[in-house]
Amino acid sequence: MSERIVIIGAGQAGAQAVASLRADGFTGDLVMIGDEPYAPYQRPPLSKTYLMGTLDRERLFLKPDAFYAEAKCEMMLNTAAQTIDRAKKVVALKDGITVPYDKLLIATGSRVREIKCPGADLPGVFYLRSIADVDKLRPAFETAKNVAIVGGGYIGLEVGAVARKRGLNVTVYEALDRVMQRAVSKPISDFYDKTHRDAGVNILLNTGVEAFEGTGKLQSIRAGAKSYPADIAVVGIGILPNDTLAKEAGLTVGDGIHVDPHCQTSDPNIWAAGDCTRHHGRDGNHIRLECVQNAIDQAKFAALAMMGRPAPYREVPWFWSDQYDLKLQIAGLAWPADSLVVRGDPASRKFAVFHLRDRAVAAVEAVNAAPEYIVGRKLIAEGTKIPPEKLADTAIPMKNITQ
Amino acid sequence: MPKIKYIEHDGKEHEAEVPNGWSVMEGAVKNLIPGIDADCGGACACATCHVYVDPAWADKVGEKSDMEETMLDFAQELQPTSRLSCQIKVSPELDGLVVKMPKSQH
Repeated sequence: MSERIVIIGAGQAGAQAVASLRADGFTGDLVMIGDEPYAPYQRPPLSKTYLMGTLDRERLFLKPDAFYAEAKCEMMLNTAAQTIDRAKKVVALKDGITVPYDKLLIATGSRVREIKCPGADLPGVFYLRSIADVDKLRPAFETAKNVAIVGGGYIGLEVGAVARKRGLNVTVYEALDRVMQRAVSKPISDFYDKTHRDAGVNILLNTGVEAFEGTGKLQSIRAGAKSYPADIAVVGIGILPNDTLAKEAGLTVGDGIHVDPHCQTSDPNIWAAGDCTRHHGRDGNHIRLECVQNAIDQAKFAALAMMGRPAPYREVPWFWSDQYDLKLQIAGLAWPADSLVVRGDPASRKFAVFHLRDRAVAAVEAVNAAPEYIVGRKLIAEGTKIPPEKLADTAIPMKNITQ
Repeated sequence: MPKIKYIEHDGKEHEAEVPNGWSVMEGAVKNLIPGIDADCGGACACATCHVYVDPAWADKVGEKSDMEETMLDFAQELQPTSRLSCQIKVSPELDGLVVKMPKSQH
């Protein structure tokens, strides 16, 4: 009997796993289980071009349907895995169907963190994670005047930028003392704060939302003991790993499914990849990464391990965000103790922040600065030591920075 | 729909009809043409959709943005005809476009 690999989750990691397993020579049965009605699609454009209406749904899909047919991957969509019976090696779906496996890949992704305050379930309060979420949000955008963005992170600010482009009044409510605090350094936060304010966005820092108010639908927001008008609110206060299924199956889980450098879980027949996992990063920290890069790369390494050719996952993480005409590209993970080197002038809307640890580049954040990003990524991977004054000197092109 | 010819590094040819407004990268991905990774999905963020535009089409594919130019600077096996295929928008004028893929995207 041929071997069967089952993938739970139809997202970026799941799609990559299908491609990699077949490319790596897997000839057995392949099944993908997904809880949305769609084959794997790209989530990053959801808060950008798809929300704006400039990208059709068809263009979101990572692969054409023919890809799964050609890869002989059975697609079980619009259903959900309920339990994993590790002793019997069977996944049970919600409608009583069981799917046996020899090897299992959990790529269940993440879900939005929900806000807990009075009125949080009022019509007009939106989240943004899926096609369905944006399909609900977009018509509301057509009629809204005042948009509340709850949480000044990537998602909130990207949606805020789209809303401003459409001429809506936008207010961002951020509980912390700067925007994107969890994701970027202070110089980047300050730059984006100013950019959004210059575009007419009202940003309220240190201001947590206390309640959504309205009769039958959202009409105002209570924050900092004041009330602000709001027709719709988009809440973007982080995501949580979808690790419950793994936890209930008895796998080692703690804010993410714990995986080893080969993306293997505590069960030798089960691997996990993407947002749902927690692993020891290349810097040694036990981390959860929420990004396309990690989904793609972990899926590749999980596929190799499932094929009996394990290699340790040590890729440099990378991220990006599009807001207005600005492309933010980040590589590596910053630590609070890193020393910062700013290269270029933020006022020119083209600059980068390097994070040095033991005199080597540990992370780079580049705004409209591709050379800094690309070279920075290489420097991080190679652990090259580099004098800070050299990095700061824009007279030296990035290409020649190590010479 | 404009037809685009994609030629793999080993010379294998693929022809695909790509809707106007899509990118040359999307045309390859949606038609299962190997040789273009496009990890970032077309955000000009990863430089894994590098192609060589046939010289006959150099004038028609449009100018490179600064961002694309600098991303390309660091691609492997760069040539004067190098482009990031996610940044070339398909239009009726590009009917018959020929692009070749490099040996590797990484």
